[in-house]
Amino acid sequence: MEKYGLAILLGIVAGFLARWLMLRSDYRHYPTYPHGKLTHLALGFIAAGLGAVAIPAIAKPDYMAVTFLVLAAQQFRDVRNMERESLNHLEETKIIRRGSDYIEGIARVFEARNYLVIMTALVTSAAAYWLGWEYAVVAAVISIAFSQLLMAGSYIGNIAEVVTAKVHFEGSLLKVNDVIIMNVGLPQTREKILKEGMGVLIKPKDDDARLTLDAPGQRMAIVHDVVSILGSKVEINETELMPVARKNPDQGYLALFIVANETDLDYLMEIIRKVPVLESARGTTLKSYFGRKAAD
Amino acid sequence: MDNSISDYILAIVAIDEKKVLPGGCPVILAADQEEQVKTSLLLARILGGIVHDLENGLYFICRH
Repeated sequence: MEKYGLAILLGIVAGFLARWLMLRSDYRHYPTYPHGKLTHLALGFIAAGLGAVAIPAIAKPDYMAVTFLVLAAQQFRDVRNMERESLNHLEETKIIRRGSDYIEGIARVFEARNYLVIMTALVTSAAAYWLGWEYAVVAAVISIAFSQLLMAGSYIGNIAEVVTAKVHFEGSLLKVNDVIIMNVGLPQTREKILKEGMGVLIKPKDDDARLTLDAPGQRMAIVHDVVSILGSKVEINETELMPVARKNPDQGYLALFIVANETDLDYLMEIIRKVPVLESARGTTLKSYFGRKAAD
Repeated sequence: MDNSISDYILAIVAIDEKKVLPGGCPVILAADQEEQVKTSLLLARILGGIVHDLENGLYFICRH
């Protein structure tokens, strides 16, 4: 009995710890609310419990318990729906939207994290049950590190180069370097844009990156992240200063234009480099035979 | 749900009446460019749209 107890306890602790470490709540990530954190820690605890009980249940052997465990694991599919729904509801009242690609990405990550918690708890309790608690600690550390590694995605900075660009007007057309952003009619607005507007170019490093940046969902994510840190001067019903990312159709690079509360170009570029590459937007042309052939 | 009309010319502000024809869109005449800019600004704020410049003396309001 004592052996089961120790295995389950270590499994739960390791799993819960993994969930805690994977709970990011910085400027970009959701949840940023205490209640959201609590919800996910509680779910993480349940997931850890599930993972930790599995090995002792099989070893006992209590196959009924194992069946119930599998049933319980199904519940975690709902985590994705829960996140997606709540973020979609919040989206309606946003001036700058996240976009459904970003929401889908976040929701998927939440689901995946719970599975990693189950895995961590399972591995730890297995080690504790068969090898002893010393090995369980090692197994826990390794699987937590492995989870962190799996959860670390790539960033815009990895796939593209971010450089400064010039915001200027050609007649009534607002341009960032050679990319047309929009038509601005009012002289006052033009002056304001010339004074406070910031422009950068996001140049893809290869054809995969070019496809990624091409996806509107990825562009929305970039704009959303920038706005959520630097702020923007767009007001409801006054959308002239809307931040946008438009591409140069021939070269494939993006031009981003924004009138932010904080006009700090260096941080703007740094923020863009830290925007996650969305799973649903990721280009994979170079992985295919014809894609590689066509690229050269 | 947002049911307002978007991506549609809501109003045209012109100085030269010869540049526009009746076509279902409200056309507002202004005496000079100053009035044109001011009228466009007011219209844009009221309609929740933005002012675009056709570079031929016509401004129009559109909601995106």
